[in-house]
Amino acid sequence: MKVGLFIPCYINQLYPQVAIATLELLEKLNVDVYYPSTQTCCGQPLGNSGYEDDSKGACQLFVENFKEYDYIVGPSGSCIYHVKKHFDILEQTEDVIKVRNNAYELCEFIVKILGKTDLGAKFPYKVGLHKSCHGLRGLNLGSCSEKMDEHFSTEEELLNAVEGLELMSLNRKDECCGFGGTFSVFEEAISVKMGKDRIQDHLDSGVEVITGADHSCLMHMEGLINRDNKPLKVMHIAEILNSSI
Amino acid sequence: MSHSEKAEIFNKNEAKVNWHDKALWFVREKRDTAAHKVKGWEELRNLASGIKANVLSNLDEYLIEFEENAQKNGIKVHWASDAEEHNTIIHKILEDNKVEKVVKSKSMLTEECHLNPFLEDRGIEVIDTDLGERIVQLAKETPSHIVLPAIHKTKEEVDTLFQEHLGTKPSNGNPEYLTNEARKHLRDKFLKADAAITGVNFAIAETGGIVVCTNEGNADMGAHLVKTHIACMGIEKIIPNEEHLGVFLRLLARSATGQPITTYSSHFNKPAEGKEMHIVIVDNGRTEQLSRKEFRSSLHCIRCGACMNTCPIYRRSGGHSYDATIPGPIGSILSPGKDLTKHSSLPFASTLCGSCSNVCPVKINIHEQLYAWRQIVTKEVKQPVVKKTILKITGVALSNRLLFNIAGKSARFMLKYAPRFMVYSKLNVWGKARELPEIKNQNFDDWYKVKRKNNG
Repeated sequence: MKVGLFIPCYINQLYPQVAIATLELLEKLNVDVYYPSTQTCCGQPLGNSGYEDDSKGACQLFVENFKEYDYIVGPSGSCIYHVKKHFDILEQTEDVIKVRNNAYELCEFIVKILGKTDLGAKFPYKVGLHKSCHGLRGLNLGSCSEKMDEHFSTEEELLNAVEGLELMSLNRKDECCGFGGTFSVFEEAISVKMGKDRIQDHLDSGVEVITGADHSCLMHMEGLINRDNKPLKVMHIAEILNSSI
Repeated sequence: MSHSEKAEIFNKNEAKVNWHDKALWFVREKRDTAAHKVKGWEELRNLASGIKANVLSNLDEYLIEFEENAQKNGIKVHWASDAEEHNTIIHKILEDNKVEKVVKSKSMLTEECHLNPFLEDRGIEVIDTDLGERIVQLAKETPSHIVLPAIHKTKEEVDTLFQEHLGTKPSNGNPEYLTNEARKHLRDKFLKADAAITGVNFAIAETGGIVVCTNEGNADMGAHLVKTHIACMGIEKIIPNEEHLGVFLRLLARSATGQPITTYSSHFNKPAEGKEMHIVIVDNGRTEQLSRKEFRSSLHCIRCGACMNTCPIYRRSGGHSYDATIPGPIGSILSPGKDLTKHSSLPFASTLCGSCSNVCPVKINIHEQLYAWRQIVTKEVKQPVVKKTILKITGVALSNRLLFNIAGKSARFMLKYAPRFMVYSKLNVWGKARELPEIKNQNFDDWYKVKRKNNG
């Protein structure tokens, strides 16, 4: 099984530690991982802003970079969702279809494809899980509070198997954090308010570390936490699953 | 003003935003509880969505069937292609019957057509009788929510408003007292009215009858006390058979307010003896929306308002920030179809979180339609030069690895070494309330080159 590691553009540039944790974690799990060095971005920032047509070059480059792999795995539900959902703007060649079908968010890949939940991690903290909307409602990583389906959560399965980790229950289990890509800038007031409210929910629930499978949400909340000096730490789920504190 | 500008103003009063958010979240949670009690809720949504899709595919036939059956029952049926025609028809009926005072209940369509000012300009008194509607009418405002029209007002604000208009005593916002006073005031209006206008929740092709769902009973009170009852409906309100009501009535109130069913589900099938019943069937842009394949299912909407209650943006920006008759997520996919330029900011008033699509009882893929409208807005409505240029350049940089490297490196260099006042200037909207990520010495590419033999 050859796996292509997809590191979203902003993680590559701003959060190398998340990319490193993802790579190390996959290596620990004996996955044959490759990192295509000419990758850039999935094109989501353009599509969500209404410039889908201008993203075709980025999407095509993505396909070229990843078409040879059995699976494409990345630590960001939102980007993977974009590949699966919105690469319909490209001509649906065999390569495009293959890439769309085989793109997986990291947690889903570990649980569904590798069939593992206990990764031997230790993390003795009270953790709050932020379920990113694109992972939850887009990729179906878990059940949503709006639907009447039975409860399940891919990330919770993984976190519950981490030694010492206490997963805290939130008042609003899957409300959006307000990042939303360029929404965070063009609707700044609402974006900030949504982020503050999410953070408060974690604080009220006794959380020490906020985690999630989508670092863009976490980047937004971390920005607010650091500005307001809130007593919370933010870590990507790959960092927790890769830790042995 | 764009949605974001209005939302920013609404957010100046954070305590009020918190109150508004909690009030609507409470309704959303009531909806969850109610839906959990229905076995097969998701199946029911599938069924409702399927029935609506069938209706839209055969709308012409169902409408004619409905008209024929309604006429057989002695109802007069009128067709209006737009708001102007709708208003003119209603005015003509009222004039023919020498009507001076009208009571109205449960009609977002008449709001959409701006019927009240049209009739008032022609010397006819129109009283909205549903409490929330009456409150916004007295305040000379528009509804901020389609089911809870005055949800933006606190009880204390209603207290002040009633003192001014109904002569009530100051009561510290006592809801019981204020409701009773409103009831007395409205009772008088009901007794003096010459005609009643209502909306339509469901029009049944098979029987030619209509169903109006209310909690306060004002549609019944209005229609039964007067000689002339006019019901106004959009063309999409049709359902094929009476048995389909079993699907929609189970979904509607649970989705809207978490009630198992509205207090009244009133069936109007024919006029009582010596009385008149009219139905005005309105297009007003719906056929055009029907012709847009991507947006057709927006006409499934049964106006429950669940998408508003769940929307994290709606809850924190208030209905008036949308500047449209139907606010919130559903309004943001309907309104651009009517006036793309005026409503061009609405498809962007969303994080595309998808919660709206999940609560929708008729399964409209609202967040996907918001995404689709965005693609159209950027092509057909003039965009700010800076925004457009930045995104176009981004598109080029992301499709070229070398440019991506240069852009990434120079941005990180700038953010790492530029002084704080430069990084956090007015141009940095992100940085108004948020810190930027701490810039590390290496990006992942740099780390990988050193630590791993590049095998990609």
